[in-house]
Amino acid sequence: MLGYYLRLAVKSLRRTPGLTALMVGAIACGIAACIVTLTVHHAMGRNPIWWKNNVLYAVTMDSWDPRRPYDPDRPTVAPSQLTYLDATYLYGSDIPQRKTLLAFVQGALAGAPGQSAPVWAMTRITTAGFFHMFDVPFEYGGPWSAAADQGPQPVIVLSHRENQRLYDGRNSVGRTILWNHLRFRIVGVLAHWDPRPRFYDLTGGGSGDFGGSARAFVPFRWGSMLHLFPIGSMSCWVAPGAPPLQTYRDLLASNCVWITMWVELPTAARRERFLDFVNAYWAQQHAAGRFQRPRNNHLWKVSQWLRLHRIVSNSSRLLLRIAFAFLAVCLINTVGILLAKFLRAAPLAGVRRALGARRGEIFAQHLVEVAVLALSGAILGLLLGIAGLAGVRALYAHSYSAYGKVAHFDLIGIAWALALAGVSTLLAGLYPAWRVGRTSPARYLKSQ
Amino acid sequence: MLRMQDISKIYRTDLIETHALRALSLEVRDGEFVAVSGPSGSGKTTFLNIAGLLETFDSGTYELDGRDVSRLSDDARSRIRNEKIGFIFQSFNLIPDLDIFDNVDVPLRYRRMKSPERRKRIESSLELVGLAARMKHLPAQLSGGQQQRVAIARAIAGDPALILADEPTGNLDSLMARQIMDLLEKINAMGTTVILVTHDPELARRAERNIHIVDGVVLDAPAQTPASQRQTAAHAPRAAE
Ligand SMILES: Nc1ncnc2c1ncn2[C@@H]1O[C@H](COP(=O)(O)OP(=O)(O)OP(=O)(O)O)[C@@H](O)[C@H]1O
Ligand SMILES: [Mg+2]
Repeated sequence: MLGYYLRLAVKSLRRTPGLTALMVGAIACGIAACIVTLTVHHAMGRNPIWWKNNVLYAVTMDSWDPRRPYDPDRPTVAPSQLTYLDATYLYGSDIPQRKTLLAFVQGALAGAPGQSAPVWAMTRITTAGFFHMFDVPFEYGGPWSAAADQGPQPVIVLSHRENQRLYDGRNSVGRTILWNHLRFRIVGVLAHWDPRPRFYDLTGGGSGDFGGSARAFVPFRWGSMLHLFPIGSMSCWVAPGAPPLQTYRDLLASNCVWITMWVELPTAARRERFLDFVNAYWAQQHAAGRFQRPRNNHLWKVSQWLRLHRIVSNSSRLLLRIAFAFLAVCLINTVGILLAKFLRAAPLAGVRRALGARRGEIFAQHLVEVAVLALSGAILGLLLGIAGLAGVRALYAHSYSAYGKVAHFDLIGIAWALALAGVSTLLAGLYPAWRVGRTSPARYLKSQ
Repeated sequence: MLRMQDISKIYRTDLIETHALRALSLEVRDGEFVAVSGPSGSGKTTFLNIAGLLETFDSGTYELDGRDVSRLSDDARSRIRNEKIGFIFQSFNLIPDLDIFDNVDVPLRYRRMKSPERRKRIESSLELVGLAARMKHLPAQLSGGQQQRVAIARAIAGDPALILADEPTGNLDSLMARQIMDLLEKINAMGTTVILVTHDPELARRAERNIHIVDGVVLDAPAQTPASQRQTAAHAPRAAE
């Protein structure tokens, strides 16, 4: 019967080519709009470490100037980084299963075989927890030890690209290299790792949320050992009458926020305990004269962290809503056209009923017609959507906007959009098909 | 074949009630050829639609082929229409974008018949009506008489026990009408019961038995007195509207 219905559907669609083109076009436009926006939205909003969403937390405390909020647009939001004082104190807690601190410093790498001059290498100073918490994959070797954090020991982890550049991609673990004029032992080389968005550090090394990544990693304490000023995001405020910062020691004791902190808290109980710990610290510091803004200690899940930093931009969310509204309008139009078309052909359905077709068979016949329509619309919509994505890429190719980088072909997103559109078109066709299925067999036969 | 007892049918609209049939009783034996006549609006089509299970009725009992069909589900009625009944309409009611072959195919499709069996039946019934050579034509490419013959082929392709024809010659000239009548007689001769609604006394006279419906009831149904009944019909009042 399906083959028969298909043949009838094609005949029926060809009988009214203009109407058919209109309906297929409408469905296709709706689907294409959804594919483009959904892909962009999905790529920008996705959580690259969703499997740890319930255990990883970014830590924030509002240490900012009591006279004005950190972000005047969002006065209730604390700075997303911590001061050195607070970060190192909180890092001392044993409550988290794992914990890490992140900042960027400038490094100079030299002494690799065949290397004629030192190269600048943006270096992440962090702790071993970083590699474990974020499931960072290694090509050679592995993270440094907890003892190396304490020392700090002169150990370094190279990014995949840096190892490619300095060692032609060969296993360089065990070799020594000069980092800022000191001999460091290479303990690990990362496999290619470039999660997007770079959720763990959304202040991101000065080049924006989706910007460049670290070339090398050394234990966090090397920053203060070598008096290396952080590069990238650092914000400071100075209390009235206080002297300006002069020495590195001044920086460490200052109100400047420049360290991102993450903790891994596998259970709700631990999360509560750690928050209590942070709150107790806040209370003690508050009594001592710091933290004069309202208490605003917060642990952020990765998904919340992304939302807080508006990685899923409101414009993308708005676009998504518009696209779905547009699809709905297209579908409503299609339902109207289908209804008119089916009801105009109802006398023929009446003839079929008289000849023995059951209601269900008339319904199925028309639903198959809708399905053919939905499928054609979906295929055309897919092509339009791919063209649209190429357009988005071309449009933003030369800007730093996230759109240009993320609007790549996302199969899963597209599959979703297609399935959604196909199902909704079918749903939209249910009513017209049902209506014509209710045709009474005698209704149209009497009129001569 | 068909036994109706006190069938009544009322059409209700917001404004009026029309008693299309009032306690109509009728029996038609297997293999009979019955002509039904009566004034316009007297309920002939209504009777035929009820007989063909196209419409339901309000009271009375109806037995078709020995089976009480008063209270069947819509699907069961569809099935009986498909297997036992062939319809022929005044306005042919062919499906315009299917060719002749596919038109005759329609009832067979709903019977889930295998393709070779369908082909055999379509070809033989088109042959019977003399249109085997026109299988690939569309209805619009045929004359009215030819279209009605396609409709007849469609009605008989499923080998029904009962053919219901509602003024099948109403849109045709008398020569064509006679051809159609010849065909119906031929089909009747092969054992199929035929009930024919017609205004044409000449055609009615060719039937085995004549029935007059006036104002929703069968006036009188003795088998042998068609002429006197025609007289009565001519003076019968119109059905209430
Ligand atoms: N669907 C309907 N709704 C309301 N009234 C109807 C409907 N169908 C028929 N009628 C009324 O029922 C009565 C019988 O109609 P029917 O069509 O059976 O007459 P008929 O004998 O076939 O007439 P004709 O010879 O003109 O075809 C008429 O008064 C008609 O107006
Ligand atoms: Mg009539």
